Amino acid sequence: MTTVIPFGPQHPVLPEPVSLKLEIDNDVVVGALPSLGYVHRGLEKFIDTKDYNQTTYICERICGICSALHGITYTKAVEKLFDAEIPERAEYIRVIVGELNRLHSHLLWLGLFADGFGFESLFYECWKYREEVLDVAERITGNRVIHSISKVGGVSRDLTKENIDMLLKMCDSLEPKIKDIEKVFVNNYTVKQRLVGLATMSKQLAYEAGTAGPTLRGSGNAIDVRETADWDIYKDLGFKTAVAKEGDCYGRTKVRIDELYESIKLIRNAISKLPNGDIATPIKGFPTGEAIMRTEQPRGEVVYYVKGNGTKNLERLKVRTPTFANIPSLLLMLPGVRLADVPIVVLTIDPCISCTER
Amino acid sequence: MSLAKSPWIIHVNCNSCNGCDIEVVACLTPLYDAERFGVLNIGTPKQADIMVVTGSVNYKNVNVIKNIYNQIPDPKVVLAVGACASTGGIFHNCYNVIGGVDQVIPVDAYVPGCCPRPEAILDGVVAALSILENKKKGNIKGKEVKLKGKEVPSNA
Repeated sequence: MTTVIPFGPQHPVLPEPVSLKLEIDNDVVVGALPSLGYVHRGLEKFIDTKDYNQTTYICERICGICSALHGITYTKAVEKLFDAEIPERAEYIRVIVGELNRLHSHLLWLGLFADGFGFESLFYECWKYREEVLDVAERITGNRVIHSISKVGGVSRDLTKENIDMLLKMCDSLEPKIKDIEKVFVNNYTVKQRLVGLATMSKQLAYEAGTAGPTLRGSGNAIDVRETADWDIYKDLGFKTAVAKEGDCYGRTKVRIDELYESIKLIRNAISKLPNGDIATPIKGFPTGEAIMRTEQPRGEVVYYVKGNGTKNLERLKVRTPTFANIPSLLLMLPGVRLADVPIVVLTIDPCISCTER
Repeated sequence: MSLAKSPWIIHVNCNSCNGCDIEVVACLTPLYDAERFGVLNIGTPKQADIMVVTGSVNYKNVNVIKNIYNQIPDPKVVLAVGACASTGGIFHNCYNVIGGVDQVIPVDAYVPGCCPRPEAILDGVVAALSILENKKKGNIKGKEVKLKGKEVPSNA
């Protein structure tokens, strides 16, 4: 005899409204049915009323957590329509802000995850360190959360000498702190009891379910768009994909912690190679043709498709976000999990509902 | 007395892009630390005093927000955080967006900004406190919001 328990849309663990109908047998989940649409605003239709420059700010507000990378991906897709040469300095600044974005997003997730399994002091610890990243981001871009650094043709603000000193100082002070929290997440007995062996996906299953980002890499698939896609700059910076073999919640946590180190390394390398020159090229005219751009967000691969028709408005904008790819895997992972572990499993794909529903 | 100084808040994510939400949570974490005053983020509306709403209202979540509002005991204060919650913000023209939160439930204080800084949100909570105190003294009750209103189209 199964019982149906509603999980969400308003739930203490969920920061966002998503509704799952959980079918449970005694204490074990046997089926899950998601219901979406609570955060649907209709942004892809919104391009009818905004021109292609204004759409940058719409794209940044698809999601407040990975906003910089949404903006960067959109502007790079539109630049492809124009076949524009972007100054190298602008590309490096985009990488730096994008990696700052990833740092704060992963620290945020680690905190929420710790809160999810009831380790409140660890939650506060992660969010305390996250404020350091936000301080630097605010100094560079002018805002804590929505950075608005990227515009069609380049970036809107240059890095000053002061900014670079702040960035390096932040990298130096953050690295030992991440080592501290890594010890707890990876070695702590209580944490391991909650995470190891929970919601395991094999390498093959994770690939076939079409997952993206740390959910995919946590199962041993070394696939990262930063290494494979057509944005070459990451190869110059010595990027290495972080992988874990476990395939459970523990593995996915380890991947995200490794990516924190990787982001710090990328920021340091980008600063050391930062070329001089302009930060933007003027772009005139209206876009025609179609283009696809892929980048790696904190949650996985995001795909932007843009189509211009020679007017100031784009004809079509289509976004495929990583959480949309990861939700089917959630439905594969949840059956067989105890009800008390459901919040952890839901959090482990780092769901971003406002990305998914737009 | 404790009500006047240490309200319990319920955070409702309505149609938000997460930007304001993470700033609301940042208010409670060590740097801003509203919890040292006893301001708790509580999961259930039945124990909350202040309803902190982020994001605009759309046709799917309009009944969720009304339900939560109706469940909060009197006296209650609604604080709209961010441009979207105040007016609909950058999304006010979208086809699925009804508008600001004040279109469906009575709002007592607004915090503007996209996203507002945590200091601004704390300021809003402090402003909400005096309203809460007045409501308690005057025994002012929030009126029950009907689930079916004119904003929901017949085909929804």
